[in-house]
Parts: sequence; structure tokens; C-alpha cells
Amino acid sequence: MVEFVFQAISIAVIFLLGCVGEILTEKAGHLNLGIPGIMCVGAAGGVLGVVIANNVNGFLSILLAVVFAIIFASIAGLIYAFLTVSLRCNQNVTGLALTIFGNGFASVFVNSVIKIQGINGHGAMLSLAGNKFFMAHLPFADKLGDFGKLVFGHGVLVYVAIAIAIAAAIILSFTRIGLNLRSVGESPATADAAGINVTKYKYVFILLGSAIAGLGGLLYPMQLMAGTVGSTMSSTVEGIGWLCVALVIFTLWKPALAVPGSIIFGALYIFPTFLSKFFPDATFTFAAKKLFDLIPYIATIIVLIITSIMGKKENLGPASLGVSYFREDR
Amino acid sequence: MHQLELRNIRKTFGNVVANNNVNLTLEKGEILSLLGENGCGKTTLMNMIAGIYYPDSGSILISGEEVTIKSPIDAFKHGIGMIHQHFKLVDVFTATENIILGYKEQGKFNLKKSAERIKEIADKYGFIIDPKKKIYDMSVSEKQTVEIVKVLYRGADILILDEPTAVLTPQETKKLFNVLRKMKEDGKSIIIITHKLNEVMEISDRVAVLRKGEYIGSVNAKETTESELTEMMVGKKIELNIDRSEPKNAEPRLIVSGLSTIKDDGLPGVQNVNFVANSGEILGIAGIAGSGQKELLEAIAGLTKIKDGKIEYINPENEETVNLCLKNPRQIRDLGVRLAFVPEDRLGMGLVGNMDLVDNVMLRSYEKGRSIILDRKTPGALTNQIVSELEVVTDSVHTPVRRLSGGNVQKVLVGREIASVPKVLMAAYPVRGLDINSSYLIYNLLNKEKESGSAVIFVGEDLDVLLALSDRLLVLNGGRISGIVDARTTTKEEVGLLMTKTVAHEEE
Repeated sequence: MVEFVFQAISIAVIFLLGCVGEILTEKAGHLNLGIPGIMCVGAAGGVLGVVIANNVNGFLSILLAVVFAIIFASIAGLIYAFLTVSLRCNQNVTGLALTIFGNGFASVFVNSVIKIQGINGHGAMLSLAGNKFFMAHLPFADKLGDFGKLVFGHGVLVYVAIAIAIAAAIILSFTRIGLNLRSVGESPATADAAGINVTKYKYVFILLGSAIAGLGGLLYPMQLMAGTVGSTMSSTVEGIGWLCVALVIFTLWKPALAVPGSIIFGALYIFPTFLSKFFPDATFTFAAKKLFDLIPYIATIIVLIITSIMGKKENLGPASLGVSYFREDR
Repeated sequence: MHQLELRNIRKTFGNVVANNNVNLTLEKGEILSLLGENGCGKTTLMNMIAGIYYPDSGSILISGEEVTIKSPIDAFKHGIGMIHQHFKLVDVFTATENIILGYKEQGKFNLKKSAERIKEIADKYGFIIDPKKKIYDMSVSEKQTVEIVKVLYRGADILILDEPTAVLTPQETKKLFNVLRKMKEDGKSIIIITHKLNEVMEISDRVAVLRKGEYIGSVNAKETTESELTEMMVGKKIELNIDRSEPKNAEPRLIVSGLSTIKDDGLPGVQNVNFVANSGEILGIAGIAGSGQKELLEAIAGLTKIKDGKIEYINPENEETVNLCLKNPRQIRDLGVRLAFVPEDRLGMGLVGNMDLVDNVMLRSYEKGRSIILDRKTPGALTNQIVSELEVVTDSVHTPVRRLSGGNVQKVLVGREIASVPKVLMAAYPVRGLDINSSYLIYNLLNKEKESGSAVIFVGEDLDVLLALSDRLLVLNGGRISGIVDARTTTKEEVGLLMTKTVAHEEE
């Protein structure tokens, strides 16, 4: 059970970062369906970082992976921002195109480009498993038993992710920047008339959201060594990315709720692999296991139904989500 | 020295000249009314002062100094604040959050302190405002208050109000005017755009008139008359009288008995309503906004749930009596019962903003005809007819409706319903926000319908017009009928009393 929760948290941070990234983007009024693709691109960038730093220095590996993931994801976010903010393209179409592109790009990049260079990305990532900087955790965690392992026993990036979520929650609710950002997503014309630079806010938060989501993508090959940089990496990350988009709705666009929400999604996500441990006597067919994959989506639909019935406007997402803004339009 | 001065302002949008050669002055502590027909460039001109648009040429001077206003921030810096016709507020924010939005104050971000300052401003000018209330819980008048306080919070000395009274009840308008007078005493300068001439005479010191984007001149409100102002606006003398002919062959067309409805939120809409609408007659419906006008018309059109009662329609073709309660909206419409409802936001009901004029006209007839391919020719011809008869200002009949100015949108909406030669025509607020010339066009259209034998039901806001146009006047009050009077013999006071008396009773 402890192992189950521990792994659930390990994967939950991927959901958390993807979700917080998407929340920040959506708060600026942009429904970025390209988030799954951006996470793939971030993961690919991360692998490149590790490969470059391979065998040099453990700390440098992590640093370069993070830096490259952020740069790659930001470039993808910039493409999305340019198309939807400056050129006012349809956000859904642009996002979907970006996801298809991101998946393909990561697949080609990791499986072909790196391999042609004669480097084994898979091996490079595996070398991280023994990386003491990545896995380093607070020394007293081991002494506190199961509790210590669950609360303090994670690698540093887990806490960074939670810190990012909390910071996002504080900025959104308690600062002038957050108020301005929310107004841009709710009613850009109002924000514009109030003297807020709508275009700037949109660009900044789309890029920031993309960078955070890209970091989440990187965590996939890092956190799940077993999952890895194989031919299936990009499609698995894309799948997680879609769950992140669903998680945004599940958590009512609140970064603080995203922390418990992502742990729930994480637990649901790995539940099928733990079936044999929880039910040692039962046998499950492949199809039956696949059914469990549905649970996060069903949970999201239930949340959507509940919030719609409650009809509280605050819980229904930004009012101008998905609508391009043009000042002289009527 | 003038508080604000415009010199030779010119602004074009593509080939359309919105403003040309506009010279305007505004003194300190003055209320200036800006008059002009729909689409004559009043709002465009004001938007240039507020920093939404930038003039092509000409200069703006504040206290004698030439300034450049490139954005709303620049406008705030120069003490200019504009209250737009369509409120610019974020629905899910509180009043306080909306007011401080985008305002770079000194010191820490502190909502409580801001709320206190808002209270201070409200008390000073006599506003009633709850800083913690969310916008979506507010009435139109409360939202407007938030907009005005927002501008005052930023220390504006020049306030521009774009049709502030179009959406207010007479009582709310009175309150607003009291506040404006207090601001004037405090030394603020105010420009107000309105179409209601009686309000112009009541509130303003001076009146400036625009016609087709050009500045015509300004007069002191005390030294002018409504007909002189109209002449300045339109450029020719127009008749402000409504011809009211005696009803001919009046016979019952619509008999409503014991009608009660329930609103979506479960509250009662209209209760126990009984009346008869005759052919060849205009039945006016008066009442304070939200007294059940909308519910009553929607019940007749089949758009709302009916709890109790009967709506009988007597078909003139075969003298058959049909109970409309059992029919769906389309069947009711095919019987010749038409509803033209102009909501507060004008586009909300009946027209699709992104579709062009022809397509919108077609919405009423697309299901006719046997061909799979839509017939666009007939509606196209009809659209051209509406455009020319009602003087709709548009590039072409293929312009999306949302690009038209508010008044022109309305002409299309009302014109479409009238064009269908209805047996019963219900027109709710058809002149909402229209200038005086267009309003009279619509009144004449309603009169024409009446003379051709339709039963016309007219819901209006302006009591003077209701009294002049209607044959009989039905007064709604809190969802009930408080009286049906002869519009020829009744007085404004009597109707006013009927509109308010049970409300007063309920308050006791």
C-alpha cells in the first residue's frame, strides 16, 4: 500500500505540473489543447539535456535536462501563442495540431535523431536512476518509517512541483497580477479598457504555462525509470497530457486543488498495474485492466455535471476561454 | 479656459468617415449633452477622448494644453473616464475587484482598504454600492454604479456617459441624475449621450449636436426646445406627432383568460392575467421594467411554461378558435402571431450576430419550400426592402449583423417580423436605444400594421409614447394587471399610479 501511494505521488507531480501549466494558460483565456504535445516536446528536450551532460556530472544532468525541457516547451508555447494571440487562429485547431506535432516531434527526436548520433537515450536516462542529486531526499525521512517515506522521501522535483502549484494559487488569488490575469481570461475587452496590456499577459502566461507543462513532461522519463525513453514515450506522455487537461476541469481551475486532484489522478493512473497486488487471487483480462484507465475521465465528467448543476459561475472556467480578442471587433 | 477642447477632429474607418471637423468644448462643472442620430459618430468621438480610438487628425486640449491620448491609461492620466454603453465589467469579480482592476495604486495590494475608499466615494456622491457583491448578482443599475465609481476612484474630472439611461427605469434615472448633479457641484465636467430629449432638457446645461459625423453646433439647454434640437439633429423639420386613427372593424383576435406562468427559476411570472386584443387596434402595455411584460409575451408566443389559464386565438380566415397553449412556437408563428422582442443587449434574442442580414431574415422562412437547396432570392429581396424602407445603414445586405450599429440591428429585427404580415404583432421595446427619427419610423410602421387590420401589442418604456400611440393601455404591475384604460382619455398620472400602487402596498 505504501508503495502504491508513493508511486501515485511520483506520477502525480507530472499531472500537477501539466495541470498548473494549463490552468495558467486558460486563465489568460486560451484553451491550449496543445499541452499534451508541449509535454512531449518538454520530455524530448529533457532527454537531450541528459544526453549532452552524460557522464559529466550528476547535478549538471538534472540542470541541463530542466533547462532544455523548459526551452523546448517554451518554443512550442511560443508557436501556439503567436498563432492564437497575434494571428487569432482558432485555439482548438491550433492546439490539436500542436499536440499531433509535439508527439511526432518527440518520437522522431528521441528514437531517431539521438540514436543516429550513436547515443543511447534510454541508457542515459537510466543512468539517472543512480543519480544521487535527483533522488536525494531529506536524511531524516528514512527514520520516520512509512510516513517519512511518503511525505519527505521524494526527489527534489516533487517539492518543486508542489511549490509551483502553491505559488500559482497565491498569485492568482492574492496579487494584482493575478487579478489582471483573471480579468484577461474573463473579459479581455474589460481588461483592455482598464489599461491592462492584454497581449502581453496572454503571451507571458501562455509561455509560462507551457514551460511548467514541459517540465511536467520531463518528469515522465525521469520519475518513472521503468517507463522510460522507448518508442512509446511520446504517446504515453501525450495520454498523460490529455488527463492534465481533464484535471483542469476536475480541479475547477484552482491550482491549490490541483495538488490533491493530481494525487487522485496519479493513483487512478497506476491502479491497474497494482491490481495483482491488491487482489492476488483474482485474474484480470487485458480488457478488464484497460477499463480502469477510464476512471479519471469518468470522474472528470461527473465533476463537470456537478459544477454545471450547481451553476456557480466561478467554477465554470474563464468566460472568454477559447475566444480570440481583437480590440476593434464588435 | 476650457476643461476640454476638441479641435478639427477627424476619424475614418476604411472608407467610412465617422467624424469630420468636430470642434467641441466642455467647461469645468458643466453637464453637456451630446445629441445625434444613431450612427452619427457620437460614441466614436467619445471613444477618441477615452483612448479607445485614436483620431486621424485634429487635436485634443485639456485645460488649454494639447495632449495625446493613445490608450485608456493615457485618458485616466488626464482625468478622463468613460462609462461605456455596454458595461466593461468582469462578471465573476466583486465590485471592488472590478473597480481597482488595472489601476496602479501606490502601496500594497489591499482589497479591504480599496473597499473603504469605495465606500467613501459612494457616500460623497450618494451612491448605494456593496463592494463585496459579485457583478452577476447585480441589477443593470447597480452595474452602472460600479462603472461610475470605477471612474471616480481613478480621480476622473471629466466623465463621459454613453447612453446611461437607455437601460434604467425612470426611478433609477432620477437617482442617476441626482448623483450627476452632485458631481457637477463638486466641479466635475460631464458629457452625457442620450436619445431622450426630455432628459436632455432636464439634466444638461448645454447641448451639442452631431449630424453624420460633423459638429453642427451647441445651444444652451434653457434657451432651446425639443423641436429645435430635433431639427438640428436630422437637418430638416420633422413631425413629432403620432397619427392615431380610430380602430376600424375591431373584433377580438386574442383572448387571454386566467393566464399564469412560471419562470425558469420557479418563481411566478404573470398571475391571473385576463385581456382581449382586438384587430385593428394597438394595445399598449405599460409597467415598470420586469413587471411581467416579457413573460406575458413569451407565453403568447409559446416560449414559456404556462401554469394555468387559456390563450385563445380567433383565426380571421375561418373564424376558428384555437387554444395557443396547446401549440408549439412554430405552429403559433405559422398562425400569424409574431413576436419582435428587443432585449436590453439588443442582439440577445432573435438575431444571430455572425450571420448577415439575409440569413437573419431567412431564419423565419428557411423551413418553407420543398427544395433541398435553400431559397435565398425571396429573403434577399425582402431584406433589400427592409433596408430601404427603414433606412438601415449598412455596407451591404451581406454584412454580419453584429457589425451594424445598435439602432440598425433593431430595424432589421422589427422589420423582419413586420414583413411577415402578421395577424397579431407583438413588439417589445422596439425603439429601445433608437434615435428620434428611427423611433418615429417604427411607430408609423406599427400604425400601418394596425390599419391593415392586425392586432398590435406594443410594450414600451416611454409613457408619453404609449399614451400617444395606443388605443387601449394595459398596465402590468408585479405580474398582475392593475388596470386596462382608454389611452385617449387617461392621464400620465393615472397610469403612473397604476404602475406603482400595488408595489407600494407590498412594501407596507
